[in-house]
Amino acid sequence: MAHSEHADHAEHDHHGPAHGFIQRWVMATNHKDIGTMYLVFAGLMFLIGGAMALVIRAELWTPGLQFVDPQFFNSMTTMHALVMIFGGMMPAWTGLANWMIPMQVGAPDMALPRLNNFSFWILPFAFLMLLATLFVPGGAPAGGWTIYPPLVVQGGANFPMSMFAIHMMGISSILGAINVIVTIMNMRAPGMTLLRMPMFTWTWLITAYLLILVMPVLAGAVTMVITDHYFGTTFFSAAGGGDPVLYQHIFWFFGHPEVYILILPAFGVVSEIIPTFSRKPLFGYESMVYASASIGFLSFIVWAHHMFTVGMPLAGQMFFMLTTMMIAVPTGVKVFNWSTTMWKGSLTFEPPMLFAIAFLFLFTIGGFSGLMLAITPADFQYHDSYFVVAHFHYVLVPGALFAIIAAVYYWLPKWSGHMYNQTLAKWHFWLSAVFVNVLFFPQHFLGLAGMPRRIPDYATQFADWNAVSSIGAFGFGFAQLLFVWLIISCVRGGEKASDHVWEDTHGLEWELSSPAPYHSWTTPPSDAVILRGTTGH
Amino acid sequence: MLRKTGIPSALVATLALLGAAAPAHADWLLLNMPEGVTTMSGEIRSLHMNVLLWCTAIGVFVFGWMIVSLVKFRRSQGAVPDTTMVHSTKAEVIWTIIPVFILVIMAVPAARTLIKLEDASNSQLSIKVTGYQWKWQYEYLDEGVSFFSTLDRASDAARQLDSGVDPNSVPNYLLSVDNPLVVPVGRKVHVLLTSQDVIHSWWVPDFAIKKDAIPGVTNSVSFEVKADKPGTYRGQCAELCGRDHGFMPVVVEAKLPADYAAWLAEQKQAAAQNLTAAN
Amino acid sequence: MKPIHRMAVNLGLVAVGAFGFGFALVPLYNVLCAVTGYGDARALRQISTAQPTQEDETRLVTVEFLAQLPTVGHWEFRPVVRSMQVVPGRLYSAEFIAHNLMDRGATGQAIPNIAPSKVTAFFHKTECFCFTPQHFEAGEQRQMPVRFFVDPALPKYVDRITLSYTFYDTQVTS
Repeated sequence: MAHSEHADHAEHDHHGPAHGFIQRWVMATNHKDIGTMYLVFAGLMFLIGGAMALVIRAELWTPGLQFVDPQFFNSMTTMHALVMIFGGMMPAWTGLANWMIPMQVGAPDMALPRLNNFSFWILPFAFLMLLATLFVPGGAPAGGWTIYPPLVVQGGANFPMSMFAIHMMGISSILGAINVIVTIMNMRAPGMTLLRMPMFTWTWLITAYLLILVMPVLAGAVTMVITDHYFGTTFFSAAGGGDPVLYQHIFWFFGHPEVYILILPAFGVVSEIIPTFSRKPLFGYESMVYASASIGFLSFIVWAHHMFTVGMPLAGQMFFMLTTMMIAVPTGVKVFNWSTTMWKGSLTFEPPMLFAIAFLFLFTIGGFSGLMLAITPADFQYHDSYFVVAHFHYVLVPGALFAIIAAVYYWLPKWSGHMYNQTLAKWHFWLSAVFVNVLFFPQHFLGLAGMPRRIPDYATQFADWNAVSSIGAFGFGFAQLLFVWLIISCVRGGEKASDHVWEDTHGLEWELSSPAPYHSWTTPPSDAVILRGTTGH
Repeated sequence: MLRKTGIPSALVATLALLGAAAPAHADWLLLNMPEGVTTMSGEIRSLHMNVLLWCTAIGVFVFGWMIVSLVKFRRSQGAVPDTTMVHSTKAEVIWTIIPVFILVIMAVPAARTLIKLEDASNSQLSIKVTGYQWKWQYEYLDEGVSFFSTLDRASDAARQLDSGVDPNSVPNYLLSVDNPLVVPVGRKVHVLLTSQDVIHSWWVPDFAIKKDAIPGVTNSVSFEVKADKPGTYRGQCAELCGRDHGFMPVVVEAKLPADYAAWLAEQKQAAAQNLTAAN
Repeated sequence: MKPIHRMAVNLGLVAVGAFGFGFALVPLYNVLCAVTGYGDARALRQISTAQPTQEDETRLVTVEFLAQLPTVGHWEFRPVVRSMQVVPGRLYSAEFIAHNLMDRGATGQAIPNIAPSKVTAFFHKTECFCFTPQHFEAGEQRQMPVRFFVDPALPKYVDRITLSYTFYDTQVTS
């Protein structure tokens, strides 16, 4: 059933990967190699960020300070966020984009391969610098990933290093985003119209525009913090007539779209996996595209809901409450579309589908708590409490991270040519799905009962649920080692995967052989092939 | 196959696990926002409950829908896919419009409460709260009484790294201070917040108040403890403010007006004595 | 230039523009504050163009004065009276005392602030020591006046306004 016409002659036309580490990896221009490097880098960062999370949960296991100094604890919360967001999530999505977008739109490679190489190689240096702050006098940044002045300027030696690292990460993601847009807009095979594109490519296109529009704003905010500190400007310093609240406005003007940058590609992945394993086209493809676009748009006009407690005027509070609530509408459309896709399907539960279904349930829980947080008067209670911690972890862990895992389980056989051990992958799923709830659900209770976030020690009435949460954290953390082992063994060998890998896959990537040839779509796919792929929606 | 029994069963398992080592005071039932003791806190809690109930109802519907699909449309049960089902404008309009209505139902009472919270008129007492790394200063503006409020000694000793002191043996561990803020019940108190160094946030869950103390900015907020609710209410700094952010609690004692007057007189006398002693 | 390169460059320019937009948010924020009158700290540091008009003798508003001391240097800074009852529309004068307790000359600047912030647009100052930095000789003490009136259009549910000054030794900023 899988006939890979183009893959075969692609092998004849081109050489395989270059020999030698430097030629192949350091000077890589092949989108698959760069994608692999992004994914490996992200995996490494997930492990480092996860280890930091475990330091946090170990300290919070019981009341009292057992393991770390409060300052180091603050460094851990700050670094955990920076490493996970900028080192884990974003590179993971960029890696998936590198691998999949050219294959999905029928392009031989990314449009700007050398830029692609550059935007990847910035990252290891940025994170070496960021992680090096752990060893400088005064320790790593401890003012929170939101780098609010005036606290951030108390950072000492880590301050210039972390600021420079953030600038580099920003440049890396902007360049990556430019590449994605240029590729999608110029490199699509003839016949691959915009509304025939797979959802993953679509959501990434919107993500890339968000990145270009908001990452520079973060760079601006960081630059102003730097000039305030070193060059005597007073953007945010009250002493010179500046306003610390202004920083928060600028930061969250970046920060809120950033949240959607992390979650939109997840929507795309889930929109591809659910139809495959329901054996039914995605319900409401076009409304999915429009819903993604409107979420992208709304993300620009809701930022101040992160700062209801700064003493905003009534009109501002009203405006941001209402716009924030409005996000529930397009998000609801997506959830309903996914549910309807499963309705009257013929469902099977392979590992990618399991993670996609868990995404559906648990991301929706994160959406509910998000709606609650939008209610300004109630937000005065939720704000900066563990309720918020529970909320954004529900959105980012069983939300974005589960989607990344689902994507890897979905496409890994296509990349490696081997099927992984599905029984073990199902174990990985069940352990993750159970422990992620043990880990984060009790944090709702803690927040509502009055526990603030970012504290290394707490009052004894919070002890019980903190202990449960810590058990969940260690369970969840160690379950991920299974994932690492599964990936490594799948890359090294195993049962041969068919070209279509799964029973009912649609899309150009599945028209290629497994493993995907080093150079794919060197001649664009024919209209017939494209149409066969788009019957998925 | 995939049912969300994972959550409760995992919780039960964990509970059982912890049951063996459960401390004498079990606080498993601290699950929800407190009802609170001020004139507005109950209203804020009911907003919270209102939205929570809506979310639960929508959750039952959406999750029920998904669970039915997961049970009924399994290939192992012989389900045949209906591949013609790709789009329905009617369905999509319905599930755009209905959520909008639900959102309006949620937004109206929220907006009403927000407007009520804005009204700071007829306050009878003005207190300035200044955040410091890591303590609070309270100034009774019309009385000339002013003092600092820091973590009490017992908590401070126990919270040191490897102190060897069991936090459970310290009353109100991390939630008690040397000098609590004292306010009268049944009077509207006007609080002015600012900070001397970095941003802090003054939070008392029972008052449903959280407001940032920002350097160079004066924020205001007001509250009135219900006349029948004298007592001690405890909260914490809610905005990361450096190393000891977790160790600057907010403690408010709400006293009956007569007791408050007596306390105030005592404070003024003490202040006067200090002044004479200094001279 | 190939179309893909042109597009990449254009997108790069968009990114540069977005970087500029980050900075543009600074004046935009002030403009927004000025237009809405909410918390416009910048306007508070300038002479109000409004003139006292119709007095509204039907009500009294409490104006409180707060003084925040500097963290740098050694100063005394406080209002002469803690609060006063004012009639909206009528011009009043209040004084703050600043005292340089150091044995060297120093310059300080007071940063004004109004709480609740929504009242900022209704509070007009015709004269204020906060408009410019103030130089003090060693040990010098000075009374500094502020002349103000409250706009009669002040919302009825506001009966208390706090005018607060944070006095910064300019050493902090330099």
